[in-house]
Amino acid sequence: MNVPSHHSTVAISRRAFIKSSVAGGFLLAFHLPAYGVNEPNQPPDDTTGKFSPNAFIRIDKAGKTTLVMPQVEMGQGVYTSIAMILAEELDADFSSIALEHAPPDEKAYANPAFGIQATGNSNSIRAFWKPLRTAGASARAMLVQTAAKQWKVDPSSCTTSSGEVTHTATRRSLSYGVLADAASKETPPKTPPLKDPKNFTLIGKAKKRFDTPGKVDGSAVYGIDAILPGMKFATLVAAPVLGGKVGKIDDGAAKQVPGVQKVVVLDDLVAVVGDHFWAAKSGLDALKITWDHGANVGVSTDTIWADLRAQSTQEGAVAKSAGDVAKASATGEKFDAIYELPLLAHATMEPMNCTVQLKPGGCEIWLGTQVIARVQQTIAKLLGLAADKVTVHNHWLGGGFGRRLEVDMAVKAVRIAQQLDGAPVKVVWTREEDIQQDYYRPAYRDEITATISEDKIVGWRHKISGSSVMARWFPPGFQKGVDIDGVDSAIDLPYEFPNFEVRFVRAEPAGLHTGFWRGVGPNNNVFAIESFIDEVAKKLGKDPIAFRKSMLDKGPRFKAVLDLVAEKSGWGQPLGKRVGRGVCLQPAFASFIATVVEVEVDEQGEVLLRRITSAVDTGIAVNPDTVIAQLQGGLVFGLTAALYGEVTMNGGRVQQSNFHNYRMLRIDQVPAIDVHIVPSGEAPGGIGETGTTAGPPALRNAIYAATGIALRRLPIDREVLAGRKQPWT
Amino acid sequence: MATDITLNINGDARTVTVDAATPLLWVLRDVLNMTGTKFGCGIAQCGACTVHLDGRAIRSCQMPVSAVGSRAVTTIEAIGKTPAGAKIQKAWLDEEVVQCGYCQSGQIMSAAALLASTPRPDDSDIDAAMAGNICRCGTYVRIRAAIKRAAGSEPSV
Repeated sequence: MNVPSHHSTVAISRRAFIKSSVAGGFLLAFHLPAYGVNEPNQPPDDTTGKFSPNAFIRIDKAGKTTLVMPQVEMGQGVYTSIAMILAEELDADFSSIALEHAPPDEKAYANPAFGIQATGNSNSIRAFWKPLRTAGASARAMLVQTAAKQWKVDPSSCTTSSGEVTHTATRRSLSYGVLADAASKETPPKTPPLKDPKNFTLIGKAKKRFDTPGKVDGSAVYGIDAILPGMKFATLVAAPVLGGKVGKIDDGAAKQVPGVQKVVVLDDLVAVVGDHFWAAKSGLDALKITWDHGANVGVSTDTIWADLRAQSTQEGAVAKSAGDVAKASATGEKFDAIYELPLLAHATMEPMNCTVQLKPGGCEIWLGTQVIARVQQTIAKLLGLAADKVTVHNHWLGGGFGRRLEVDMAVKAVRIAQQLDGAPVKVVWTREEDIQQDYYRPAYRDEITATISEDKIVGWRHKISGSSVMARWFPPGFQKGVDIDGVDSAIDLPYEFPNFEVRFVRAEPAGLHTGFWRGVGPNNNVFAIESFIDEVAKKLGKDPIAFRKSMLDKGPRFKAVLDLVAEKSGWGQPLGKRVGRGVCLQPAFASFIATVVEVEVDEQGEVLLRRITSAVDTGIAVNPDTVIAQLQGGLVFGLTAALYGEVTMNGGRVQQSNFHNYRMLRIDQVPAIDVHIVPSGEAPGGIGETGTTAGPPALRNAIYAATGIALRRLPIDREVLAGRKQPWT
Repeated sequence: MATDITLNINGDARTVTVDAATPLLWVLRDVLNMTGTKFGCGIAQCGACTVHLDGRAIRSCQMPVSAVGSRAVTTIEAIGKTPAGAKIQKAWLDEEVVQCGYCQSGQIMSAAALLASTPRPDDSDIDAAMAGNICRCGTYVRIRAAIKRAAGSEPSV
């Protein structure tokens, strides 16, 4: 059976291309989403008898207001933030709104930053800020217009609040429900006036999240919780070496396992179907499978690094340049360093899963996904169906982190379901399968060369080598040899250098898939840049924060967060032996964030986290408590990677398998994490991935301050910190 | 071989017909359709599957259903009926602990067992009781604050 290539399944909308040409280049379009694309005139199907001025809002005659969520909720609090933005401009009664997952519809619900229906890159609020405000304001204007007509008054003399239009002069009010029918006959205004931010009543207030009550009593339904009448349960093992095939299989013992119903053997995977997951898993464990491993059986961590290092000697494509770096290099002292980051798995707490019901001429799917329309299109193509014959039910995501931007879990489940004569089947991966069949965060190698003259960096060259996830996942994001995500935060770093050049070398590893991982390209770039800046500061005998500030003449927002984090973290106050503070300043995802991590490094090289402080200017913080929560959690995610995260390979197989050897930070290792928000009236920035980006460089720099050891690879090497091994350079 | 096993789950007698070695987790999730208890690792490393047996937190992925016996099984669906569980759930919402939420059933079950046995837990009590529960979203500082809030002491963060 053929599995469609993930490359070819998505037609990038015309809109994405138009945007890139209009905005004068894709780079610009990516960072400055073209607003206004989400004003569809066609509402979703189930709008009969309702006021549905656009795809995001429906109000029925009883006044029930339903807000349709174009972005998925995976813990980042976006359902609440989006509802706040819509309800703010609509002046809805926030206490009685209902939320709904958007169906797959790339016209109505495309993410304005991508042109496709996807949740990622911390851009939900950035990209939808203006379209959602406009959607809310447009609906509000139609309701006001309707009431004004009935009262025969000037619409400008009417006000709105809590789901009612009021004419104050005559003390008359009408609820949105009463107005809904007539309002649906009004024409939506093209450019409704938006509120002055100083009049916001919801945005900027800490609101309780809508999704949390069901998540504390067991009633929240994730993809893995889908239940269908007569459902069977399956689990699988795919070829452990990418590209491998099933060779011989002995299923005699498996078929004797109580509750096992069927063994499904496809060319590249084997699944066992049973009465419940345990029967399927026990059956799988009883199989004797001989694999034909194929060409990748020789892939190992050593070959991956040897290949990447060899390819990194290429010149690469210029992503951005200014001044003349070659000329500048003759004017001062040269300082250079190389940094490397490992492969990482996502390890979402909810293992990959997908439930499938095949019917004649159709297919129904239950899962949690960041790309609902891509799931629909991919499965339609696999089955030879029109897209509208594939129904996809989205759920709460038990973690996304980029893993659920892929559709492999749906493809595998449907292929298994095709062997089951129409019976519904829930396919749940074991944790081992989840870790060993991931789309891994690429390994990266960064070379930075600076020219220093009179205690200043006058020349800056940064060459980034690694996989281009964009080239596979979103081809417009890879142009002229540059991966727009791969250079993010490197081409727009906070510091001003007169001579500057950033290059990208695309180097694809053999034997594994690469994918987006929380923090994406900035994870790599911010780590390399902020580590390097600390090394230059030390070389020049400068305080790391003072040195950074000396390069921020045009960056008042960066300066402000640095000052605030210095004050709140106790920067400069004396510390004990082998204790240090490290700082990270980052531009990523259009938020301005400074972070200080304080650590103690013991004689055995173990690193104890003592205190973590962040200062964030994310523009208008739509739901401030969510901003704080995302920084706190994102920092733990990033620090986990820095302290433990590495996927290694041998014989073409991933060697890690579960949480005992792919470790996570636990509560007894995590100190207080204080996040301070700088008030701002600027448009909102992204927040979901920022902490992940901030943690590792701040940790690395804290270790540097505590020990003087310049770590240039992650995860941290405790042998080096114990003095038993030389640092890698 | 499948046998009939009667369990006391959230105060109800439930009889299931499964192989005796089947872990309690899969009986709850796949036989009884009680999906509040989560699968995370299958090897007692993450705590997502935590339930109570006679009030004590255990990993249901490692508990053969035949070994449960007459002990009372309490799951996330009913923990709110216990005084400690209700306090913990309220504190979880007050502190806005939850992000993706997938691990939180297990976190809440571990925390409720802690609070029932140690009404005023200190940081080391919390570390000991909660270190077996992984949260990939990294909500640990709020979990700590919520347990302290539920215990009636001031949260430290």
